[in-house]
Amino acid sequence: MSEHLLSTKGFTRDSAVTLLDVAEDMADTQRRQVKKLPTLRGTTIVNLFFEDSTRTRISFEAAAKRLSADVITFSAKGSSVSKGESLQDTAQTLQAMGADGIVIRHSSSGAAHTLATSGWTRAGVVNAGDGTHEHPTQALLDAFTIRKRRHGDDSRGRDLAGVRVVIVGDILHSRVARSNLWLLTAMGASVHLVAPPTLLPSHTEGWPVTTGIDLDEAIDGGPDVVMMLRVQRERMTEAFFPTAKEYASLYGLSVARADRLPESSLVMHPGPMNRGLEIAGAVADSPRSTVLEQVQNGIGVRMAVLYDVLAGERSA
Amino acid sequence: MSSRSMDSFVIRGAARADGTRTDVRVDGGVIVATGALVAVAGERTIDADGLLLLPGFVDLHTHLRQPGGEGAETVLTGSRAAAAGGFTTIHAMPNTTPAADGPGVVEQVAALGEEAGYVDVRPIGAVSKGREGKELAELVAMARSRARVRIFSDDGSCVADPLLMRRALEYARIVDGVIAQHAEEPRLTAGAQLHDGAVAADLGLKGWPAVAEEAIIARDALLAESTDSRLHVCHVSTAGSVEVLRWAKRRGIRITAEVTPHHLWLTDESARGYDARFKVNPPLRTAEDVAVLRAALADGTIDAVATDHAPHPAESKRSEWSAAAMGMVGLETAVLVVQAAMVETGLIDWPEVERAMSSRPAEIAGLVDAARPIAEGRPADLVLLDPTARRRFGVEHLAGRSTNSPYLGQDLPGRVVATFFRGTPTVLDGAVREPDQLGAAW
Repeated sequence: MSEHLLSTKGFTRDSAVTLLDVAEDMADTQRRQVKKLPTLRGTTIVNLFFEDSTRTRISFEAAAKRLSADVITFSAKGSSVSKGESLQDTAQTLQAMGADGIVIRHSSSGAAHTLATSGWTRAGVVNAGDGTHEHPTQALLDAFTIRKRRHGDDSRGRDLAGVRVVIVGDILHSRVARSNLWLLTAMGASVHLVAPPTLLPSHTEGWPVTTGIDLDEAIDGGPDVVMMLRVQRERMTEAFFPTAKEYASLYGLSVARADRLPESSLVMHPGPMNRGLEIAGAVADSPRSTVLEQVQNGIGVRMAVLYDVLAGERSA
Repeated sequence: MSSRSMDSFVIRGAARADGTRTDVRVDGGVIVATGALVAVAGERTIDADGLLLLPGFVDLHTHLRQPGGEGAETVLTGSRAAAAGGFTTIHAMPNTTPAADGPGVVEQVAALGEEAGYVDVRPIGAVSKGREGKELAELVAMARSRARVRIFSDDGSCVADPLLMRRALEYARIVDGVIAQHAEEPRLTAGAQLHDGAVAADLGLKGWPAVAEEAIIARDALLAESTDSRLHVCHVSTAGSVEVLRWAKRRGIRITAEVTPHHLWLTDESARGYDARFKVNPPLRTAEDVAVLRAALADGTIDAVATDHAPHPAESKRSEWSAAAMGMVGLETAVLVVQAAMVETGLIDWPEVERAMSSRPAEIAGLVDAARPIAEGRPADLVLLDPTARRRFGVEHLAGRSTNSPYLGQDLPGRVVATFFRGTPTVLDGAVREPDQLGAAW
């Protein structure tokens, strides 16, 4: 049981496997006729979304409701936050209203950390994406998805030892890449990052990964997993790359590239996809694609996370 | 001896920076005698046995926030923070509201400093009107005002336009002035949050690359050379900048540089908890940069220590990192951090501290008296330190209006026991005296 989930950096192999095993249990319950568990009855969870993200928000909402928690969704747009209310005031207001857990999505890196360590609230904090820092539940559901594809019903207790993962795209601005590189390597996978030099951080020496700028080379290495990242179109105006066409030709997962992968290789994408930019539509819809499983697995994984952070006694 | 005035006193048994013991008699705000002095009956005596006596410190880089930012600091509260840190001269940066870009504001700041009476407050004038980096400000008018400005800076912003920088360097020669550059190429640092290194990569914070500082220093050094003008570089923070400075000084370019205590002591690792007290511009760099900066201060490549004291109200720091203001208070802790980073590491001894914190910055600022060593005839701007002290630094040791210090809760060596500004004690027994006590008997 953890106090908060802010980052995947602290995960060990065992803590990750244990959490994913809980997620397996949660996922199992979702195949029943009655999906709702009484586990978090009487617990109030606030979805505090300073940044729009319908998918992540409804995934957390569904997870919380299936654990019988009371869910309050607080979208910053059109609220007092857009009128200049500080994170401190928002957090203290939620504390005063009795929030037990806060799921926070914020455009500023570290916002979840600040919320958890500030003393403004005693609620358990789950990071649902902070700026370009981390998105831990995305990495957990990605790891869950990889494990499920490889081991099916025999997934419990297993790690990702020996799995070779290539993550492709805008690494510099990607919270998905950051959370995945810590979690997947903690579970025994190897991670190779591929991006144009403009979209790789200038210093990755502290990361347990290898990096490269050539997608074809990475594809020809026959990785077990290719994870494509969403490309924000505004990166073009900031001179990270000249045109969408050039990006797609150099770093897009085309049908031709996907065809060169071993048959067992998985193609992942955290969504939402730019079909035809970072990933060809036919690849996204192919059997090796896990895109919809990732969404589906997200609910069980987030149930496990909420259970981990909120079940049991919280320290005052 | 009966001619001594009421405000005469003697400091007895102090150690100079070089370790020699001396007594110092002060009368009328001036040092009148040094050496082994004969006691005079009834004379007020300060027992300085075991204490270090240095000339009062001179800060080239202080943000006093007045006018416009009185919620964070005023000339008076900043002066008190300065006195607490052993300073007797501070230079007020012009990034106020309105900016100190003409005779009116600099005279106002100087007058507020005189009224406060804790330190010599020397306004720095803006290089450009409104600090907008477009049109040259009235440098000569500020120099010839009652504020007698000699240093000009758009600090907080870089004079990024090379033509304006060149003109400013040339024009300042009329008044033997110096341009103090905040070296930061703005196009390379738009939205930057932390040193562009491994920590920024982990934290997902937009990087502030070292080259953005180094490129401007190199450019400005060449501009200073080609115009035979004087350039001062504010808050040097990278190892590469030190290389450029070394090269420029070897070429005989008239360039000087300062480093802040925090860049001598803290690294970007401090940002890992997203505690915005460690957010500052230029950002905290790596341990390697810190080592090179220390060596450069020790060998004189970097001339001076300057605080970049930057007070902010609590709400500007208690927020998510990217929304937080940049800067940290540093007057009260400057000599303590220098002792920890430079003296206790064996890199320099107290004579070099005296040079870096007093005589050299005074020379750069053109302050003849403040640049002189402790000797008869010098104004009695003095500080008494207890270098053997060690304490957990706390908010109770701060004397300004803001508490955004990165050192709260840290153990720091040294203690400012007393500060004298023109013979008037501003700090006694480690406590800053109240404004109404300054002129009174003690």
